[in-house]
Amino acid sequence: MAPLIPSQAELDRRLIVDINPETVSNIPSTDFPGHWPGESHEWSLDKFINSFKVDFHRNEQFESSFSLVGLDASIANAFRRILMAEVPTLAIEFVFVNNNTSVIQDEVLAQRLGLIPLKGSVEGINWMRWFKRPTEDDPESGSSPSDYNTIVLRLEIECTKNPNAAPGEQDPRKLYKNAHVYAKDIVYDPVGRQMDYFTGDNAIQPVNPEILIAKLRPGQKISMEMHCIKGIGADHAKFSPVCTASYRLLPDINIQRPIIGDDAKKFAKCFPRGVIALEPVTAEEAAKKGSGYEGHDGEMKAVVRDAFNDTVSRECLRHEEFQGKVKLGRVRDHFIFNIESSGQFDSDFLFLESVKVLKLKCARWKRGLTDLMR
Amino acid sequence: MSREAYQVPSLGGGNAFSADGGATSTEGGPAVAYLCGECNARVSLKRGDQIRCKECGHRVLYKERTKRMVQFEAR
Repeated sequence: MAPLIPSQAELDRRLIVDINPETVSNIPSTDFPGHWPGESHEWSLDKFINSFKVDFHRNEQFESSFSLVGLDASIANAFRRILMAEVPTLAIEFVFVNNNTSVIQDEVLAQRLGLIPLKGSVEGINWMRWFKRPTEDDPESGSSPSDYNTIVLRLEIECTKNPNAAPGEQDPRKLYKNAHVYAKDIVYDPVGRQMDYFTGDNAIQPVNPEILIAKLRPGQKISMEMHCIKGIGADHAKFSPVCTASYRLLPDINIQRPIIGDDAKKFAKCFPRGVIALEPVTAEEAAKKGSGYEGHDGEMKAVVRDAFNDTVSRECLRHEEFQGKVKLGRVRDHFIFNIESSGQFDSDFLFLESVKVLKLKCARWKRGLTDLMR
Repeated sequence: MSREAYQVPSLGGGNAFSADGGATSTEGGPAVAYLCGECNARVSLKRGDQIRCKECGHRVLYKERTKRMVQFEAR
């Protein structure tokens, strides 16, 4: 039997997730073998290569937005999850407090320090190995700190009175020296081969030097050593390389029956600016019988200009005059990613890292399968 | 048990308070530094001394923080 070829209208229908006033329907994807009788839907690399599209909307150093078109939600979601939880980064993990007479407690201070995003030579960070933590059963099993798995930072700061402060000064930052401890006060102490990688601008340093760590008063001091290791977001959020990594599906607005005149203006107001445009009804359209434009020559009609910026608020579905005239939906296989880096890596590089991690996982899975066969 | 019958248990040296043993002696013993709760002055007190800041007379004194390194996990 020859494979059935569905009509283009049917294919378009399958591509849209319907957004109704109170429900969402046609959610699961159905392009897999065995779902539609007589149709193939066999996955083929050629078909994927031909239909897959990447399209950048913005690409700044720490924030990028791009579309991936033509892949399944499971893969897009895998990338998102890997970005948040499995791309390794560097963060402070062990804090050795020699002295801390500030009002902030040691353990609270240590937790705050852990959350400071650090940056440094990407090459160097990739060169670094994992630091294996000792297990409960075997305290000897952990790795020992070395130049290839531990970055040493120090924070030595003492608050003193400022003898040059103006009389009657109220601002503690002027009245005292080092009244505020900032992330920029943390000093990197390179060891061994780290000197080849982390030099000059590539040295390990906080991404945002103005992060407030603690406040001091004269006579109080903080003296500590911090060990940074590589880790993944699944272990602790401080290791996550992204601030946000999310995707949304491309909105789809389908005006099925004409919306003309004042209704069109009201319709445009139901959407963010620029999504709906008003255009005059052409003489050709007005002349056509059954188009709904008869006798409206020159009046304004609503057309979809840019569904990309729609928030899918469903506001238009609340109004009676638009009932049955518009269908909202989302394109099932058009993923608009938005990745915001926490500063250690560039945001577009982060996505490639997530692809790399997924590839490694697949390789491991494949190895596992071959082992099963033996 | 009456108060008189109570004996301070000996912890076997190392402890600043039991260093010289007997409960009767009021002299001697190592001086321990405290910080005044009011003026933050350093106050060295020996065993039996009145608990009072020598600078301002405040009666709340705090122990100094340990000189040892303390390790924490940043989580």
